[in-house]
Amino acid sequence: MTDNPLIERAQRFLSALRHCQVLGLSVHDASPQGLTLRLPYSTQIIGNPETGVIHGGAITTLMDTTCGISTVCVLPEFEICPTLDLRIDYMHPAEPHKDVFGFAECYRVTPNIIFTRGYAYQDDPAQPIAHVVGTFMRMGKPGQLKQGGAA
Amino acid sequence: MSLDLNALVREAHAKNDYDSLVCLIPYAKLIGMECLRLGDDMVFRLPANKDNIGNPTLPAIHGGVIAGFMEHAAMLHLLMFMGTPHMPKIIDFSIDYLRAGHYRDTYVQCQVWRQGRRVANVAITAWQTTQTEPIATARAHFKVDEP
Repeated sequence: MTDNPLIERAQRFLSALRHCQVLGLSVHDASPQGLTLRLPYSTQIIGNPETGVIHGGAITTLMDTTCGISTVCVLPEFEICPTLDLRIDYMHPAEPHKDVFGFAECYRVTPNIIFTRGYAYQDDPAQPIAHVVGTFMRMGKPGQLKQGGAA
Repeated sequence: MSLDLNALVREAHAKNDYDSLVCLIPYAKLIGMECLRLGDDMVFRLPANKDNIGNPTLPAIHGGVIAGFMEHAAMLHLLMFMGTPHMPKIIDFSIDYLRAGHYRDTYVQCQVWRQGRRVANVAITAWQTTQTEPIATARAHFKVDEP
């Protein structure tokens, strides 16, 4: 495996999410600066049969997951953080037959909310396919209800 | 490959069977979405499917699947009712998650607030038990003028 504890935590988190296994998502990199996941190209996620371009929904799943799991880069312990909202702006369509990478960082952490931002790219992170922002609610550690924090 | 989408839409309306239109898109088939016509309204259904689960403890459907389902429902809605001659292209998508999407059937309805020559704005609502308690709302812009 790996001796990077962040990558290990991200991998453990990712492996629990069934739909991410179906899409074949994997951890590409994790550091205190953020998380990168990889979505392999496959014909089952095509959104336009005329061009072979993958569906925006698969990119949304990649980025929702990347933003959500990027919380392990800033939180000392595992916490359940459901998504409050997510916005994706598409810069240009993905190229068919190429994997997509998703990067996300938590740029503000409060006791209740985590603000994340990121982007999806193929060859060059400077030429992103999509920009993303997402907010996540902190629910505390599993089994522990924070005062007035449970939604 | 070149598709005559308008012919497929006409045929689906005539037969009141939208499977062929849905099955055209591999991603829609992957998550297992369906189209139901109720009078003049179109309701999209996503049957409970273990492969769509994100949170295993609740269990709940992956938020990305809910968003992908809503995005595709909006695209099909534009194709079916607004006479778009090709696949609308997504420009942006913004979703608010209001409740956990439990492991059960999910429904979606769309409203086109504005369709111009180049861009369409669509509001999308997703619910499970009752439409008055949505699990998510979203809005999206699509480019509709060229392939």
